[in-house]
Amino acid sequence: MLNKIKNLKSTTKVDFATYFGVIVAFIVITILMNQGMLKRAHVGMLVPICSYITMAVALNLVVGISGELSLGHAGFMSIGAFTGVIAAMSLTSAIPSEPIRLAVAMVVAAVCSGAAGAVIGIPVLRLRGDYLAIVTLAFGEIIKELMNCLIVGHDSEGLHIIFNYNGSKSVEDLHMLTDGAVIVKGAQGTVNVDTISTFAAGFVLVMVTLVIVLNLVRSRSGRAILACRDNRIAAESVGINVTSYKMMAFVTSAALAGAAGALYGLNFSSMQATKFDFNQSILVLVFVVLGGLGNIWGSIIAATVLYILPEALREVADLRMLVYAIVLIVVMLATNSPAVKNVLSKILPKRRKEMD
Amino acid sequence: MAKKFDKPKMVPVPSHSIIPERDASKSPILECSHLGIDFGGLRAVDDFNIAIGRTEIAGLIGPNGAGKTTVFNLLTKVYQPTRGTILLDGMDTAGKNSAQINRMGIARTFQNIRLFSDMSVEDNVKVGLHNANAYSMASGILRLPNYWIQEKAAHERALELLSIFDMQDMANMKAGSLPYGAQRRLEIVRALATNPKLLLLDEPAAGMNPSETAELMENIVRIRDMFQIAILLIEHDMSLVMSICEGICVLDFGQIIAKGTAEEIQANPAVIEAYLGKKKEA
Repeated sequence: MLNKIKNLKSTTKVDFATYFGVIVAFIVITILMNQGMLKRAHVGMLVPICSYITMAVALNLVVGISGELSLGHAGFMSIGAFTGVIAAMSLTSAIPSEPIRLAVAMVVAAVCSGAAGAVIGIPVLRLRGDYLAIVTLAFGEIIKELMNCLIVGHDSEGLHIIFNYNGSKSVEDLHMLTDGAVIVKGAQGTVNVDTISTFAAGFVLVMVTLVIVLNLVRSRSGRAILACRDNRIAAESVGINVTSYKMMAFVTSAALAGAAGALYGLNFSSMQATKFDFNQSILVLVFVVLGGLGNIWGSIIAATVLYILPEALREVADLRMLVYAIVLIVVMLATNSPAVKNVLSKILPKRRKEMD
Repeated sequence: MAKKFDKPKMVPVPSHSIIPERDASKSPILECSHLGIDFGGLRAVDDFNIAIGRTEIAGLIGPNGAGKTTVFNLLTKVYQPTRGTILLDGMDTAGKNSAQINRMGIARTFQNIRLFSDMSVEDNVKVGLHNANAYSMASGILRLPNYWIQEKAAHERALELLSIFDMQDMANMKAGSLPYGAQRRLEIVRALATNPKLLLLDEPAAGMNPSETAELMENIVRIRDMFQIAILLIEHDMSLVMSICEGICVLDFGQIIAKGTAEEIQANPAVIEAYLGKKKEA
């Protein structure tokens, strides 16, 4: 058994360690929760953390592995959140079981966001570098504004959707039957949502995301995506269709972001479209960059720590964002300094071997 | 690495399985007629005509800036030609992009090495095997049987191809950390992995010492014999070009100034003038 583990490739070892770490973290937290050792405020953070981990891993697929800077990923999270909430709310009577309804909502959200990713990806992925970043930023803002005009209700006749694009329409314009309920109320966002998201569901989503992203990267398609990032011309010269692999990474990432959005949206009884703005995209990008581009377990840790940090710093109130910023700078400087790397290589003998 | 070249090298011959059957009796593999490209007002290449036999080793030489690499970029559609046609194995390549050209049978190396330097040596070759060992994205994510079959085949084929240059021991090293000569050889292996009918080598001996160049010459001939492919190479090392190329084409200012065998080229006054300049009038 030990020999078998030794013979595995180093990338495979890292992958297994990542799965193992996530599973152990889940078990430990579940035990702590059952023992009542976690405060209510802490428990409330678990689902958003799972959601942000998924977001970070998904964005890492685009920014780190495919090498395209996307500044609009909150837009896909937004699409996922709203479609997920609408799907879950309108299926309340059709699917009584909450976990199954949540799963269906996530799949619907993933499909919708993936489709949006494909539609946006076709024009956007023709651009490179800064241009691509600017255009994805614009699309993120467009999605936010569109979601802001959405008014949706559900009654026994089915879904009623109107676009309040000039601000003249209201819930009455849905013309719902008396048994109807409003799901999305324009700028007020989602209302009276059944909060069916659970930590267990979040854990499953993180695991599914990890399996998809890690297996994709270690497969033929993943090698092609990496090759396109490393050297576009060389990738084309060995017969790889660069655009289609960029597209594959982008759409997969958008779909996963959508599922993360559904988990997030179904965790709060109300949520506004303005939540998914440019700052949100940057927040996730910070997770990815700080965790290391292309480094999946790094994204997981960065998302967790950086989500908890501002909450933990509530005690210092005014200095909160200052401390947060300082932590970001220190981590970035430290991980790039040769002195710290030296110390690390002494602690971890395997690392040293690789460095030689 | 350096000591490797002191002793005579025994190179294992890859099994027959990786060498595809080719019919060497048919018409030329590559035919260019009136090929040309303009960059703005500059005619970088003009009226380029060449035909290369199925198992020929051909050389493309010329002074710096003559347009040799531009010809390679035209053949592989990095640039779309302004004029002329390229027939590969009798098929017109008009409108195809680089990736499609590779699938039609042209593979190349680059003057300034373009490896996937963050990936392992083996993965670099596996990227070359991308279309040969294909399976869907879904089988990759779900690890369906097809994934294991094709990945195993790709692994074996990659090692076999690396063994051409005796590089199988370096399979797990990072491509970017290889010594310069090994990087050049890896680029050739990656190109061969795509199972080409025509291999374009852009200055394969650049930066190599004489013993490395001599070894490379043997290897180029051996690759041709083993894979039964045509090879077109750009090279400044005249000893290499003159000794292994069966046909040589000399380019100057984007135009062919001479074509022929090594002896004919060496005796051609136009070539001597292009390289050494005009004799001063007495």
